[in-house]
Amino acid sequence: MELKLFVENNGGAKPDEKDDHLTGQDSYRRIWRTTVLITLMVAIAPLVIMTAINYFQYQKALTAEMSHPTSLILSRSKRSLEFFLAERISALRLVVKDGSLGNLCDQDKLALGLRNINASFGGFIDLGSIDQDGFQCAYVGPYPLIGKSYKGQDWFQEVTLRGEYVSDVFMGYRDAPHFVIAVRHDNPDGGFHVIRATVGAELLSHHATSLDLKPSSDAFIINRDGILQTPSRFNGTFLELSQIPVPPYRAESQVIEQLDSRNKPYILGYAYVERSPFILMMIKRPDDMMASWLTLRGDLIGFLIASVVLIVIVVLWSATSMINRIRHADLRRAEFIHNIEYTSKMASIGRLAAGVAHEINNPLAIINEKAGLMKDLVSLSEDFPKKERFLKNIQSITKSVERCSTITHRLLGFAKRMDVKLETIDLRELLQEVLSFLCKEAEYRNIHIEFHVDEEIPSIESDRGQLQQVFLNIINNAVAAVLQGGHIDIWIEKTRDDRVRIRIQDDGPGISKENLKKIFEPFFTTKKDYGTGLGLSITYGIVQKLGGTIDVQSEEGKGTSFIVTLPLTVSNL
Amino acid sequence: MDGMRVLLVDDEEELVETIAERLELRGIVAETVTNGEEALQRVLEKPFDVVLLDVKMPGLGGMEVLKLIRMQRPNTQVILITGHASVENGDRRLLEGAFDFIVKPVDIEVLVDKMKEATQRRKESDKP
Repeated sequence: MELKLFVENNGGAKPDEKDDHLTGQDSYRRIWRTTVLITLMVAIAPLVIMTAINYFQYQKALTAEMSHPTSLILSRSKRSLEFFLAERISALRLVVKDGSLGNLCDQDKLALGLRNINASFGGFIDLGSIDQDGFQCAYVGPYPLIGKSYKGQDWFQEVTLRGEYVSDVFMGYRDAPHFVIAVRHDNPDGGFHVIRATVGAELLSHHATSLDLKPSSDAFIINRDGILQTPSRFNGTFLELSQIPVPPYRAESQVIEQLDSRNKPYILGYAYVERSPFILMMIKRPDDMMASWLTLRGDLIGFLIASVVLIVIVVLWSATSMINRIRHADLRRAEFIHNIEYTSKMASIGRLAAGVAHEINNPLAIINEKAGLMKDLVSLSEDFPKKERFLKNIQSITKSVERCSTITHRLLGFAKRMDVKLETIDLRELLQEVLSFLCKEAEYRNIHIEFHVDEEIPSIESDRGQLQQVFLNIINNAVAAVLQGGHIDIWIEKTRDDRVRIRIQDDGPGISKENLKKIFEPFFTTKKDYGTGLGLSITYGIVQKLGGTIDVQSEEGKGTSFIVTLPLTVSNL
Repeated sequence: MDGMRVLLVDDEEELVETIAERLELRGIVAETVTNGEEALQRVLEKPFDVVLLDVKMPGLGGMEVLKLIRMQRPNTQVILITGHASVENGDRRLLEGAFDFIVKPVDIEVLVDKMKEATQRRKESDKP
């Protein structure tokens, strides 16, 4: 009763184990995640920081190598262009202010004024005087423009309002690029005149080309709509829209880095020229030194990406293999603990069994002798009624005693701490000896027993008698299990860790999973009528004592394998 | 079997008495004792052909008694009764000089046969 309870309790513990196993899986996953996260952070963060630092160093270097000088040159040119324009505007003011013109509509005076300012400053093509109604009353220049009315034109409005005006560059009908400068002159007697001069655009171009440094660079002027005001080497046609978009307004000169249509980086320097529609533009292609910086930056980013990918792979791989190893170790430990528990359970059951068996054996012997004596007495006495029945009953007692004693002897055999007698054993020979006990039945039932023996099976040191019992039990079970004409295969092979493995495989009906769990437990039997349920538990105990292991694999409908592994010598007895 | 001198030693009195009675029915007169000390005393008092000796007894155990008998009366044949089949597999070295062993519960016919063999051995060893 107690034993049964024990087994059931054990069975009842199984679902918990399953739960443990599940939460175990979760915790492994958690450990894995944490490990991966921390390792990735520790490995990648410095890399990213280093790359960022390098990147900013590159930016600094860029400023030092290119932006700064470009900015300086641009500022200088911007100032000089502003000065050039301011100079021209001042010159015009001078013409009207010194009064030498007298009446601003005097053609001769105007011609004199043009000569004078061309002598001082140069670049003026013509000069016109326009009264406040937009009527050009005087004009000196190559075209007959006297009498032309500018009233209602934008530039006239602007110069009227702001006092001065600088136009975009345009061709007009002169077929030469030029731009217009105009100033307003207030007459002392009220009203005003506008003095308008045309300046050749080549002077602007001169300012732009003076910026240019290298053959790969480009410098030009655009207006605020992006129309090229001077010729450009690479960035568009003169007087058409520039390929470089108009940069946002800044009072100071700017240097920025941009990508062109082919995604190549270039340096753009620009400066808005005050009091004019002009924007000075300077395009620099990175030279060799900058190119190496750029390559370095590309390399850095490539290196960063490659490193991160590599780190991620290595971290994932190593974390996975580490967690797997931990899990395997845990499993092995659990298995080990399970084995120890099982062994000690078997040992305590064995001790209990032995105690019971021993106590029962003596009364059993007495019963046996008393029954024997009764039989003797009855046999010797003369016939009396029911003598036969007496003898029959006595025989029945004797038979029952025999059965009991079989059980007690097996129990004692299971538990006994007999000395192991070591001798050198040829396993093949031993197994054949065992088979000789069973060959009669095998032959009778047409069972094929086949040996598969490795070439180099070493002899082992073990206990012959006990090994015989082990294999007799196993093979006897196999013979009992297989059907008529069945097969039993016996393999003897050497394992890699210098042990010998004996596998006994039958093609019988197999063992259900339920029964497989209990197969080595004492009193467990499927042979309801005649089994004691001790055979395999004794076998188990003996194999353990001889330093070996016994394992069973079975599939219902396919057969059963018993695998006994024995050491070459028995140590730690 | 004339003149076979037999001593039965077992701590279970009922057992030795019954065996003695059954032997008597087969013409063998056997004396009985129920412990090792008494057995030794009896063996020293007079010679026996066969001693049937239980291995497991309280006090002086069967194996010690066997040793002492072997020393004092080397010609006396001893048959051990064991509770379990520790020598079942036939390693006779474990017998420590006993003539044979028999496992409880005892089959009386087997016992008688063994006793006869033992007596035969005893007689042979008496001859010069």
